[in-house]
Amino acid sequence: MNAPVTRRNAVLGIAVAATSLALPSILHAQSAGRIIVVGGGFGGAACARALKRTDAKLQVTLIEPNQLFTACPFSNEVIAGLRDIEVQHFGYDRLAAEDITVVAQAATRIEPQQRSVTTADGVTLGYDRLVLSPGIDFHAEALPGYDDAASEKMPHAWKAGAQTLLLRKQLEAMAEGGTVAIAIPANPSRCPPAPYERASLIAHYLKTKKPRSKVLVLDAKDNFSQQRLFEQAWKELYGDMIERISLSQGGRVTSVDPATRTIITEFGNYTPDVANVIPPQRAGRIAEIAGAADHTGWCPIDPVTFESKLVPNIHVIGDACLGGGIPKSAAAASAQAKACASAIIGLLAGRTPEAPRLTGVCYNTVAPGYGFSLAGNYQSRGDIFAEVEGGTTSPVDAPRELRAREAAEAERWFQTITADTFG
Amino acid sequence: MAALINVPAKAKRGDVIEIRTLTSHIMETGFRHTADGKLVPRDIITSFTCRYNGTEIFRADLFPAIAANPYLSFFTVAKESGKFEFEWSGDNGYSSTASASITVE
Repeated sequence: MNAPVTRRNAVLGIAVAATSLALPSILHAQSAGRIIVVGGGFGGAACARALKRTDAKLQVTLIEPNQLFTACPFSNEVIAGLRDIEVQHFGYDRLAAEDITVVAQAATRIEPQQRSVTTADGVTLGYDRLVLSPGIDFHAEALPGYDDAASEKMPHAWKAGAQTLLLRKQLEAMAEGGTVAIAIPANPSRCPPAPYERASLIAHYLKTKKPRSKVLVLDAKDNFSQQRLFEQAWKELYGDMIERISLSQGGRVTSVDPATRTIITEFGNYTPDVANVIPPQRAGRIAEIAGAADHTGWCPIDPVTFESKLVPNIHVIGDACLGGGIPKSAAAASAQAKACASAIIGLLAGRTPEAPRLTGVCYNTVAPGYGFSLAGNYQSRGDIFAEVEGGTTSPVDAPRELRAREAAEAERWFQTITADTFG
Repeated sequence: MAALINVPAKAKRGDVIEIRTLTSHIMETGFRHTADGKLVPRDIITSFTCRYNGTEIFRADLFPAIAANPYLSFFTVAKESGKFEFEWSGDNGYSSTASASITVE
């Protein structure tokens, strides 16, 4: 029974090998190729665009189920009531106008051997190179009690959209004098300083509307990005409104009980009035389906080409990849997208891609008109990215004019990156 | 900060219970140098013990490779109501104690 199957597989295998050997020369002759990008966020949309702009003959398909993308950067301001969510929405019309095929479906299956992607409506598309930019999913096993139903009571608001508005609604409904808890996971996670920006902006909302209320930060980390800047701003702006319990003070959340809105840490239970639980994360589910995620839940890559270490012809960019020192941020995803596009075009033409040098910048707004930033440069070192010299962080002691200027710069950065990606 | 202890307040006789402890300590390895080249002297916790109604049920030796703020978790069987006593000791005469009660039904 098994023998014919094995023989058939062997024959198929040879056929596939012959095709893939023949492929580069065919592509070279036509100077074209079929690229599918899965995921239309800051990584995927930027990559699709960069591919098409560099080589107009490429057939570029972007698979993304949502017609409207909701941007995460600045969504903390939506939560704090400082911004409308509509400002965070972006569509794919411009990409479609640039001759990128936009498929509004979820990718449900990937066959690396056949080089094909199947979408939820059952259509199968072939590729020469596949780019996965699926962002994050939540690690259900890593936080017992936290599932989709729990997220309706204890919102994560870590994927912007309905969750962002739900958290905002809960804050608005909370009585004066209440406690808002924010549970923060260990790294690696999406946008490492963002939970602290959120704590700041929620404190701003409370100070303005419900000044006897508190923010309780339950943190699985001892140290965090731009910590001195945040802590100074908290003292300066919010006094003792924000209380943080770090890892070594027992702050790591081990489970939740949505029925009683209880957050359980290693050393205590908390029942806040609003519970914002940011669960541990891993690469978006499709990366696992493709076989590109390892035991960590993230995707190991070659940092020069972003090609998966686990499956050939699949590249992984953005939050989903194991980037080492490079943070999981919109700016980093966008930089990776462009470097990946250039590597793919090089590979299709038979060239050896050069190691990219990536730049990531991250702005934090802790109150209206009060911002600071971190800019980093990253280069491949071994299997990951390492931070290299040339990075800057805002000074800890600085006049308020600088904070105001950085807050304005943050808004300009958002306008620029969203125009670059979607506009 | 005092030590953090997590012992279930109640348990059934015969239950396997988890005990968690965390104490604040720098756990200075003794291998590091200051900017001007001077060796930073070793300052670590070297020993931890837990007694359950006076009987030692768990002991650990700690070494320089253990990170700051040592966290230890271990299991025991709930036999009778009473008291768990914890003791950390180390370099430079360091000593710290804590306790927690349990009701066994």
